[in-house]
Amino acid sequence: MSMPDNRLERRQALHEDRRARYERMVEIRALENKVQDLFDEGLVHGTTHLCLGQEAVAVGVAAAARVSDTVTCTYRGHGVALALGLTPVDLLGEILGREIGSIGGIGGSMHLCEPDVGLLPTFAIVGAGIPVAAGAALTAQVRGTDDAALAVFGDGSTNIGAFHEALNLASIWNLPVVFVCENNQYGEYSRIDLTTPVDDIAVRAQAYNMPSEVVDGQDPDNAADAVAAALMRARTGGGPTLIEMKTYRYAGHSRADTAPYRPEGEFERWYEKDPIVNYGRQLVDEGLLSGDDLDAVKTLVDESIAAAVETVLASPAPPMAAMFDNVLAP
Amino acid sequence: MNQAISAAIADEMRADPDVIVLGEDVAVAEGPFKTSAGLLDEFGPLRVRDTPISEMGFLGAAVGAAATGLRPVVEIMFVEFLGVALDQLSTEGAKFHYLSGGRVTVPLTIRASVGAGLGFGTQHSQTLESWVMGTPGLKLAVASGPASAYGLMRAAIRDDNPIVVLEPRRLYAQREDVTTGPEGVIPLGIARQVVDGDDATIVALGSTVGTTAQAEAAASWSADVIDLQSLQPWDRDTVYESVARTGRLVTVEENPLFGGWGADIVAAVAADLFGELKAPPLRITAPDVPVPFGKELEERYMPSSDYINEQVTGLLHTGRVPSPWWEAEKGSP
Repeated sequence: MSMPDNRLERRQALHEDRRARYERMVEIRALENKVQDLFDEGLVHGTTHLCLGQEAVAVGVAAAARVSDTVTCTYRGHGVALALGLTPVDLLGEILGREIGSIGGIGGSMHLCEPDVGLLPTFAIVGAGIPVAAGAALTAQVRGTDDAALAVFGDGSTNIGAFHEALNLASIWNLPVVFVCENNQYGEYSRIDLTTPVDDIAVRAQAYNMPSEVVDGQDPDNAADAVAAALMRARTGGGPTLIEMKTYRYAGHSRADTAPYRPEGEFERWYEKDPIVNYGRQLVDEGLLSGDDLDAVKTLVDESIAAAVETVLASPAPPMAAMFDNVLAP
Repeated sequence: MNQAISAAIADEMRADPDVIVLGEDVAVAEGPFKTSAGLLDEFGPLRVRDTPISEMGFLGAAVGAAATGLRPVVEIMFVEFLGVALDQLSTEGAKFHYLSGGRVTVPLTIRASVGAGLGFGTQHSQTLESWVMGTPGLKLAVASGPASAYGLMRAAIRDDNPIVVLEPRRLYAQREDVTTGPEGVIPLGIARQVVDGDDATIVALGSTVGTTAQAEAAASWSADVIDLQSLQPWDRDTVYESVARTGRLVTVEENPLFGGWGADIVAAVAADLFGELKAPPLRITAPDVPVPFGKELEERYMPSSDYINEQVTGLLHTGRVPSPWWEAEKGSP
């Protein structure tokens, strides 16, 4: 077992090998835990938004999409970025503000980008990436390619106008776009039922005459299959789809939030559906991996994250002149 | 001017199949100000699209389309409507190049009608350069007539950055001969000297260019009248050269006094050419009020050629900045 370090190979692995999907989920969790540790140690400034518990959605989306599809995602985007193919060094470098980071240490935790695997600059404004994905789909439609676009956003985004305007536009123009809502049950510090008058976000697609589906977002294969079916519809002229992935945010909203507002027992109930524990068990049951293999994956991932941290901490901050680069295109 | 805008967009659409046009009523109706005349017929519904009344949605989509290879030209019918979509312009589109390490470009042109003079009332009569000019990552140009609109529009569509091109509403019906083709293109960031004179440098923008030239023609003094054309970036060289010669700077702005674009021009000139100035810089603006509707009030709101003449005459005679008209109008508190 080996883990590729090339972004395109990392992406390819998710298409071909379900063991790679398991490894990637383990990697996302290990990286997120490491990010929390680094913050707690005071090694980085600013804030961070962890996607612990949501690893299967990220891996499912990346496994279904191809690199010529465009993806927009949120500031809770470490998982999606790693799944799409960015490396732990890309992410940790950016989060720690080093030149080696995804965009040279100019962005921080909320701002990642990698056009080679289809990732537009990630969005730190709730809902903003949703119409942008519709626009990427417009490019495919105008140019007559069979590429598609995917917007990955949270349940909290579905109360802002950008969500509704994007769905409306995508529907009337029949755009090849898949709207993937990660319903992690919380918008910032507020539980979804306090802010949102529907139980399933998916029903909101009806208002735009758009097909939609509620999917168990804790299983990466389920997630990938649902996204793949929607992408197929998009590529063949069938228009947009809204997919609601039911998932759960293990961490608080951002680094300082310990989520004291969480009802007793809720975390434990969701942890029974933990994507990594369950998918690992499933692969063992199917004979694809042994119990020892699961341990080996964990060891390998931990080593790779530790090595990435070491590389990043040894690398320089961006030079002062870097802030003046890329304000405008030449 | 509306014909010049349609012609500029058509010329760019012929040159580049990635240029598309989006906006409310731009296709079938050819735009409420007829600024996209003939485009749907020539280029078809894939490239020329009517949108829902949904600026956040379609401006966001234009950002996404630009970031993935198209060159959208988006019409915001009245610049005020940009308010509901400002996030997509200022915080998303303007930042993509920076937040991608220079790997994503956003060649997006946003056209919007601006200004008073047509009786559209308080919510459809502002100029609002100030919403755009302070955001690094955006360019901003303002048309002052048909030739200017044609040339700036073509340059904007070719540029690889998000650009707002503002079009004074009351100039849409203005007609003049326009040089089309490559010779008609006006590079961004370059000012145009409209009138040559000696006593002052008067910097104007958009609707105030014509008014200022009129004022100068009727005045007892003479001045360089400069059409700034682009605000972001603005042409320091042309302004500085002129002020170094005339020793006096005047800006003429159709916007409230506080926070208007002229303040930045004045600040730069005052800092860099302090020793060359024979008089304090003068800003001729509208008052700090919403645009009123009543015809006489609306006309008074905008700097007229008579008022420009009075103000500059006052500056030249006294060496001091004259009080604006509204000080007398408002009376004592």
